[in-house]
Amino acid sequence: MSHKDYLLIGFVLLSAALGFLLWREQRRRAEVSDRRILFPFDEFTLSMSALEATLRIARAEQATLVPDYLAVVPMRVSLNAALPRQADKALPLFDAIEARAAKAGVPVDSRIEPGRSYRHALKRAFEQEKLDRVVIAAEGPSGNGFRSDDIAWMLDHAGTELLVLKAAPDSAVGLVAA
Amino acid sequence: MAPGVGKTYRMLQEGRGELANGRDVVIAYLEPHDRPETTAQAEGLEMVPRLRAEYGSAVLPEMDLDAVLARRPELALVDELAHTNSDECRNAKRFEDVGELLAAGIDVISTVNVQHLESLSDQVADLTGVRVRETLPDEVLKTADEVVLIDLTPQDLIERLREGKVYPEQRISTALNSFFKVENLAALREVALRQLAEEVETKRLLTGGPGRERDRLTEQRQPQAVGEKLLALVTPDPRSQRLIRRAWRSSQRLGADLDLLWMAPPGQAQKIEGDERVSAMERLASVLGANLIIESGDDLVATVRRVARERGATYILIGPPTPRTGLRRLRPSLVERLLEAVPGVDVRIVSDRTKLNGQAK
Repeated sequence: MSHKDYLLIGFVLLSAALGFLLWREQRRRAEVSDRRILFPFDEFTLSMSALEATLRIARAEQATLVPDYLAVVPMRVSLNAALPRQADKALPLFDAIEARAAKAGVPVDSRIEPGRSYRHALKRAFEQEKLDRVVIAAEGPSGNGFRSDDIAWMLDHAGTELLVLKAAPDSAVGLVAA
Repeated sequence: MAPGVGKTYRMLQEGRGELANGRDVVIAYLEPHDRPETTAQAEGLEMVPRLRAEYGSAVLPEMDLDAVLARRPELALVDELAHTNSDECRNAKRFEDVGELLAAGIDVISTVNVQHLESLSDQVADLTGVRVRETLPDEVLKTADEVVLIDLTPQDLIERLREGKVYPEQRISTALNSFFKVENLAALREVALRQLAEEVETKRLLTGGPGRERDRLTEQRQPQAVGEKLLALVTPDPRSQRLIRRAWRSSQRLGADLDLLWMAPPGQAQKIEGDERVSAMERLASVLGANLIIESGDDLVATVRRVARERGATYILIGPPTPRTGLRRLRPSLVERLLEAVPGVDVRIVSDRTKLNGQAK
């Protein structure tokens, strides 16, 4: 065999090895990204510091962030009804969250969860989603975050690990769609 | 509106509906009035045992407020909001008990007759000749998130009374000759309708505060324009969510209807049931008021052409096309094929911003 043949064989073997490594990495990522972190919020409970912390956790665990907008639906309205005003508030927040998640390299799978109350919407989310963790912010001085009684309720009902973040003195203000 | 129209029945119906939706519902207090239909409606709902309060030689049932608070349901059904409690109770009036439940984070559905409203008692007395002792401050009604009027024509209500659906047989004749006269019931009905109209108007005009805001949640932002109709080609993949959101915003700006079309690969349409991502897409479509169309097949362009014609689409929105590799490079792109298949329909590509952000880093 000539020198050229050795080079060709070497190139083919190297390409095959690289292809295998790429395939394995993709498969590993696909497997790891099955992990899902729920980040429930609405316009009043969205905390920027909690979001940033959740993104850091999701990136470290190579998990998918599931931002879930809790839409409270009045009793006279069906839970399956269209909620254009809620959607109007939720969608820019999703855009902004996705923009930040993209910068952090975190995949996002957003949800809007209608319910009769926060707790009802959360309960539906817990029932419908396969989750590995729930991250929420406790209510802070600026008012954004979940109240202590809601957190106590979640501890009883989440059915998965619940991570409660102490509210930082930030606010939801400033979160705008990039 | 008046006794016997079906307030308690409707309250129980709402409670059952909420229970079916997975909420923790209890009957905190029920006054069945020995009406079989009402009793039947209460079956299957947990009832918090009532307090037995002694009143002279009689024993009166009351709502056991502490028991309900200890039980901590998500939703409590409390009949007869204007009721005056016996001395053994902590609060003088039941609406005060309800105030405590609300303060504890428990939602409440309750019932009240229009003649019990404080501001209307004189008017009702003038109209019907009957003065009601138990009254309810109007402010209590104003703090309610929603007020539902149970309306019945006077003739229908009298018919229900005659059939024994309101009072036992021995009380029917007395009731018919006193309170349950057509003119009384018609007057009460008018008062109730006016009252509700005022409530609705006030809530519509008020701005600020989440409770008031919620009343306007389901209103459309603007009247629908004629002619425009959007069709977005989506998949249950999370990457499609931005496309759905952009499509919805465009539809709102245009005042147009939005259809979402998912072309499920052959064989996959049968596996939809229980698929988390499909169910999430259905929920999103439902919240946005979009019409989700699921088709199965492998000829995307032919399906889009058919659906676009059937639905009268004027815009088609698609996500960024996947890079064509191999022999696919020789075929026209999806955009080209769509433009050819549905002439006259605009095709818009919604970019994938995650890639843009990736490049920007």
